[in-house]
Amino acid sequence: MAGRARGAAPLRQVDPRARIVSALAFAVVVTGLSTLGALALAMAAALLALGCSGLPAARTLKRMAMMDGFIIFMLLILPFSTPGTPALTLPFGVVATVEGFRLAVEIGLTANAVILMLMALVGTMEPVMLGHALARLRVPRALVHLLLFTVRYIEVLRAEYARSRVAMRARAFRPGSNRHTWVSLGHLIGMMLVRALERSERILQAMKCRGFTGRIPLLDDFSWQATDRRFCALFGLGLLALVALEVALVHLA
Amino acid sequence: MSILLELEDIQFSYPGQPPVLRGASLGLAAGERVALVGPNGSGKSTLLRIALGLLRPARGTIRAFGETRQREADFVDLRRRIGLVFQDPDDQLFCPTVAEDIAFGPLNLGHSRAEALRMVDQVLDQLALGHLRDRITHHLSGGEKRLVTLATVLVMRPDVLLLDEPTNALDPENEERLLAILQALPQAILLVSHDPGFRARLVQREERLVNGQVSGNSGGT
Ligand SMILES: Nc1ncnc2c1ncn2[C@@H]1O[C@H](COP(=O)(O)OP(=O)(O)O)[C@@H](O)[C@H]1O
Ligand SMILES: [Mg+2]
Repeated sequence: MAGRARGAAPLRQVDPRARIVSALAFAVVVTGLSTLGALALAMAAALLALGCSGLPAARTLKRMAMMDGFIIFMLLILPFSTPGTPALTLPFGVVATVEGFRLAVEIGLTANAVILMLMALVGTMEPVMLGHALARLRVPRALVHLLLFTVRYIEVLRAEYARSRVAMRARAFRPGSNRHTWVSLGHLIGMMLVRALERSERILQAMKCRGFTGRIPLLDDFSWQATDRRFCALFGLGLLALVALEVALVHLA
Repeated sequence: MSILLELEDIQFSYPGQPPVLRGASLGLAAGERVALVGPNGSGKSTLLRIALGLLRPARGTIRAFGETRQREADFVDLRRRIGLVFQDPDDQLFCPTVAEDIAFGPLNLGHSRAEALRMVDQVLDQLALGHLRDRITHHLSGGEKRLVTLATVLVMRPDVLLLDEPTNALDPENEERLLAILQALPQAILLVSHDPGFRARLVQREERLVNGQVSGNSGGT
């Protein structure tokens, strides 16, 4: 498993471990920021990372907007639900406050900067490489195995589900809200669980045949290089700059 | 010829079901290639699992390499020397990448990473599968998966190969390739296959599993 892709976008050439740790550190620092100036800088940094990640910008921003869909109502309601100085009065005496607007912008910027950085740094990894990197970062083995088994078998399960659904349709099954539908879907899900359980037993048998003793050895060719040190130093400086700006702005205010 | 694997008077039933095997006996000598045939559900896969101690028979003895095997500890060493290729490749390939999956066995046997990787490359060369080395296992086609499962077993350097319907999901071209690979192997082979042509070109003897018992008859070439 190649740890880094040569000739690819700059960020993809950085060691996956460095990318995971950096994304985490970014999330921790940015959630701690509260001044709009520092948050705007964080957002700019995330956009810069996106530019260096080789991800298609339009599609990635669209995915980010999808995430915004989950918090949009909260962001819309905040200005009206936060007490403070009135900024805007709508008909029927509904009042939006300055503090509310500020809070909405703050939360919106935080969430988007963190998500964008996560997509740029970690979202570009194959799930398998992510598993390897987590294992090398000493994340508990059981969790890494869980991730890797999920990656490995989710497609098998999906294909099994799809085959069953086709088989049902081939026998003129049309879902509706009736007892027959619920019973049939119940059988389908039950069968999938039973098959998954039996498959897990067969997999364990196959693993035993090859001398499995509780550890899955992982092969990867991660190697810490000068580029990775430079990336970490640069990223660390960036985070320091964010904190410094925050402190300065708080003192000015 | 020395007998490598011998199953005697094996009786087995899955919980709450009538017996699948009722006194089945089977022997495999060094260098021998034997086919095990029988209708669907007659217990062929079950018998292979019992031979490796993955299922425990209610009665009967399993002797391998001159020793009677009973406890789990007896089977640990046996599983290294008898390689089973499962009926469904998806059961066998569980590692993310092909190289990792093939290296899994050697690493478990205590080989170093470098040694394991060398063994991986060697077996991939032997099977002319080098191009699949860094592929993600679940992206492989059915035929590729089958050949890789054979590699995961061969890399353990077993003395005996048990093959459970290895020609499933193979197109004629890959079937031909598998046949050529198997014909060139020195290992004793016990083959379960519904394909008379494939059997005829690989094995010297056929055993029939019917009603839970094995009855031999010579056939093939
Ligand atoms: N895990 C299991 N639990 C219960 N019954 C099983 C299980 N596996 C197989 N069987 C039953 O045991 C019988 C023999 O199965 P199997 O050994 O797979 O047959 P074959 O490989 O010859 O087609 C079949 O009737 C099958 O339904
Ligand atoms: Mg079978």
